[in-house]
Amino acid sequence: MTSEKKFWGYRRQDGRVGIRNHVLILPTITCATQAAKQITELVQGTVSFIHQHGCAQVGVDYEQTFRTYVGMGSNPNVFGVVVLGLGCETHQARSVAGEIAKTGKPVEVVSIQDHGGTLMAVAQGAKIAAKLVQDASAQMRELCDFSELIIGTECGGSDACSGLSANPAVGVVSDMIVDFGGTSILAETTELIGAEHLLANRAVNERVAKRVYEVIHAMENRSIHMGVDIRTGNPSPGNIRGGLSSLEEKSLGAANKAGTRPLQEVIDYAQVPTQKGLVWMDTPGHDIEQLTGMVAGGAQVVLFTTGRGTPTGSPIAPVIKIATNTSIFERMEDNIDLNAGTIIEGKESIDSVGQRIFDEISRVSSGKLTKAEILKQHDFGIWRIGPTF
Amino acid sequence: MSNEFKTVMMKPQDKVAVALDHIPEGSIVQVTCQGKRFTVKLKEDIEFGHKFAVVSISFGEDILKYGEVIGAAIQDIQPGQHVHVHNLEGKRGRGDKIAYD
Repeated sequence: MTSEKKFWGYRRQDGRVGIRNHVLILPTITCATQAAKQITELVQGTVSFIHQHGCAQVGVDYEQTFRTYVGMGSNPNVFGVVVLGLGCETHQARSVAGEIAKTGKPVEVVSIQDHGGTLMAVAQGAKIAAKLVQDASAQMRELCDFSELIIGTECGGSDACSGLSANPAVGVVSDMIVDFGGTSILAETTELIGAEHLLANRAVNERVAKRVYEVIHAMENRSIHMGVDIRTGNPSPGNIRGGLSSLEEKSLGAANKAGTRPLQEVIDYAQVPTQKGLVWMDTPGHDIEQLTGMVAGGAQVVLFTTGRGTPTGSPIAPVIKIATNTSIFERMEDNIDLNAGTIIEGKESIDSVGQRIFDEISRVSSGKLTKAEILKQHDFGIWRIGPTF
Repeated sequence: MSNEFKTVMMKPQDKVAVALDHIPEGSIVQVTCQGKRFTVKLKEDIEFGHKFAVVSISFGEDILKYGEVIGAAIQDIQPGQHVHVHNLEGKRGRGDKIAYD
């Protein structure tokens, strides 16, 4: 297969490459999300997201949320950041900003309590954001190499076609990205239960293989601790209507997204990969929590296969959605970018669809908007691993 | 009537195939996989994307698809029967069945 190995991206000070040039208004606490949203309404070129976290969190749960905030701000698709806090919360805006500033990008802090309330904070944040947006608009795209790309892979609203069409086609793309020296993230630990042995066999060493079984057992044990059948939540009612009968069946289809290349490492939620090639991020199967983890881990673009249809998108990373069957592609054309249902109909090979997806990544990386971006589908959700106190 | 409906069987050792059309009860379908061939008369309607047994499966037996275990039969299943949540149970993540110690 031959493909253009270059795209037009934005080179950042830390050497990473962005494919978007957003100014992110990053609320570190629920209490600041409305003010953040108001800033995005005032200033074109800014994005933000709503969430319910950032206070009364402790231990590993505190750290995971902190890492997610820092990862969102540090993602190379972001030109600069206004970190917006309330003031009294556990996830201090200043600490988050300090970590993001290590990338060398412009970062400013606004605090609602320090600035004398919502209106003053919004005015201050908007003033800073307006300046950042103008600076961002002056940056030119440069020719960049696919080795600088981290793609996230995801399947949501799966059906029986997912494992036959779109997921194997994404597997072809994953192999292509890896062969060009880039990075492909496999995630959704829940939806690899029952297929873990296939991935452990592809691990580059014993340590990585052992990590595969550790994260799988930790996820499975959560359902066992709760005394529930994991099937009450996954596969979902829609998955079951689509023909999937068990978590194992869903997992064996989902694992196809990982292609055939060796597994280099297993990383924590929202952690930036330390290796190139195929990596596994430990995330739940929950679509938005998984997406957020991969984007916070530095993925510039996400491939999302769907059999039941989904609007999913990220505030900062384009999500390219791929239908597993033609019927859902036609019914949800507003939301879905590409159709892999042609494989089911015998009209196109898995390799040919993989090539089409790869070409779309190339275009989207150079600036073409995905449907989720056009519809402002700015989803965000953190995988919480502890209670709120 | 045979061969007019599309099906896919992933591995020759699999016990189920997937309907890629809505296939009505009573249809006779030819399922092929890597040189193996099964003629199956469907005992019920099979919706697009759903599975039917290509061989007899006994109660408690592992059910294979993709050449891997996708669960176990919770009743005897005849060739041509719909295989889904009513007669197949997943074996993983079963906190309802496994006492944690």
